[in-house]
Amino acid sequence: MPEPRRYTRTHEWMAPSDTPEQWNVGITDFAQKEVTDVVFVELPKVGRQVPRGGEAAIIESVKAAFSIYAPVGGTIIGVNQELESDPGLLNRDPYGKGWIFRFRPDHSADVQSLMDGPAYETFLQEGGGHPEHG
Amino acid sequence: MSELSGKRESASRPEMEPSIWEISRPGARGVRPVSRPVDVTDLPPGICRQTPSGLPELSELETVRHFTRLSQLSRGVDTHFYPLGSCTMKYNPKVMDRVVSLPGFADLHPLTDEEGMQGFLGALWTFSELLKEVLGMDAVTLAPAAGAHGELTGILLARKYFESRGEAVRTEILVPDSAHGTNPASAAMGGFTVRTIASKASGHIDLEALSASLSERTALVMITAPSTLGLFEEELSEVVRKVKAAGALLYMDGANMNAFLGVLRPGDLGFDIVHINTHKTLATPHGGGGPGSGPVGVREFLSPFLPNPRIVRSGKKYSVVDGADSIGRIRSFHGSAGVLLRALAYMRMLGEEGLKRVSLYALLNANYLRKKLEGVLPGMGDGLCTHEFVLSARSLEKEGVRAIDLAKGLLDAGYYAPTIYFPLIVPEALMVEPTECESRAMLDRFADDLIRLVGLASSDPARLHRAPEKTPVSRPDEVKAAREPVLVDPMAAPGRR
Repeated sequence: MPEPRRYTRTHEWMAPSDTPEQWNVGITDFAQKEVTDVVFVELPKVGRQVPRGGEAAIIESVKAAFSIYAPVGGTIIGVNQELESDPGLLNRDPYGKGWIFRFRPDHSADVQSLMDGPAYETFLQEGGGHPEHG
Repeated sequence: MSELSGKRESASRPEMEPSIWEISRPGARGVRPVSRPVDVTDLPPGICRQTPSGLPELSELETVRHFTRLSQLSRGVDTHFYPLGSCTMKYNPKVMDRVVSLPGFADLHPLTDEEGMQGFLGALWTFSELLKEVLGMDAVTLAPAAGAHGELTGILLARKYFESRGEAVRTEILVPDSAHGTNPASAAMGGFTVRTIASKASGHIDLEALSASLSERTALVMITAPSTLGLFEEELSEVVRKVKAAGALLYMDGANMNAFLGVLRPGDLGFDIVHINTHKTLATPHGGGGPGSGPVGVREFLSPFLPNPRIVRSGKKYSVVDGADSIGRIRSFHGSAGVLLRALAYMRMLGEEGLKRVSLYALLNANYLRKKLEGVLPGMGDGLCTHEFVLSARSLEKEGVRAIDLAKGLLDAGYYAPTIYFPLIVPEALMVEPTECESRAMLDRFADDLIRLVGLASSDPARLHRAPEKTPVSRPDEVKAAREPVLVDPMAAPGRR
């Protein structure tokens, strides 16, 4: 788990994109395993503002539907349209091609309050719960 | 005898029945009218079919055999133990079919005037009265067509109530994560914002989380009692107190009412609105997506808002009336009439004592089975369960065996599988609900088979991964079906016209 990436207790990750102040958001490897094979992704509308912890996207597996929450407050500035035709990217490459949306945080300092890689690892080892639970 | 199958199941995989399109024979007919064809000259021009309909063509006997064979490949309560947790798949006594077949009910046209359907109206009125008594509520509507439809009805009642009081600021509905998945969906459909309340590790409602979410914006708190974990809220009275203090209403999802029918009444517990599912608690058919029924009971202050039409009695006469403040009509005519009549017959057949025994035996069966499986797979809760219980197969993951493998193995052993992967808050969940209908011998047999399957996880996991081997289709590729659905309309297919 490379360092600039940050994690939430609800198993989203957030990593800097090529453009400053723009972050990609996806779900962690742990989450994609728990969710099992993703069959549908409901992407957010570009331009939408989402408060921290607000529902930003929905992913559906053969098991159930799961909400994807905004790790911090901010604005959706792009979505990964490839997921519409190939939702399996979320399972095959959760930290890469399986990113879900691009996000501009209201306050970039907020991102630093999220867990870093080692902290997330510890969180998981302590029974960090379930995608639905956080 | 193989390890997976009991001796009662045949050893080989039964042949799949072809679809009705594949066995269609051009020109075959079930019925050939001998009298004059209908005179079509009175029909408006342009609506008469110019080409054959494309319907499959078979004789009556071929049709009967096709559907009989399909029904034999299927599993239902009438053929197999069906411990599908949360669904309460209880046996539907056949006497109820006889009641709805009475010509006075079966031949009644829904547009018959009041005078002509006094018996039918009287039966529904009587059913409402019985439900009021069982639920401890002041008024009941029989209109909702299913449990989730009952939820939506209850939510619309709450909305109308708060609007009538000038409290339209109440826009939030709180739903614990141990509630039925339909609750948040119904709340959203009713125009409310849903807030989820996390459960404690014990599976009970977290009072602190509840308090933190309650506010002057809360309209309704929806509690599934007992919860989807098969637990009765340990601090329910405190939950009720907090919700009332916040000025919100309390909704009970009574889909699990089979746990305390005739023992506790939702009204006495402090609930303002409750729905039950007659196809669960009152033994009416689940119907494969066909008509269900989800009657809703409310306290007096909500009764003006109940759906139209309503049946009232004046002396010996029953009439159909509309209320001015009603949320309106939510279903055609009087709801799922045949289902409601069956439920009435069930309640009449059992009486007060019998209804109570239904729940006591449902509790006894679930607890007996849970005890037999203790130590085999870890369960939720630390003591008694209600009418169902949840096990977790997570401990088998190191053998590469998951809940779905156990469920498929149970199919080979001659059962319908329990619910799996629900509730979501339990990893690798298996949810077992035996209902009151099963004998001790059946529960023993099921426990023995499940214990044997859990043993296979370490001795021969490949065996479980191959299961089911005794169903016409083994494991459908659900992922492929969802990602690449191929939909065919046989009636539009070339060569069928």
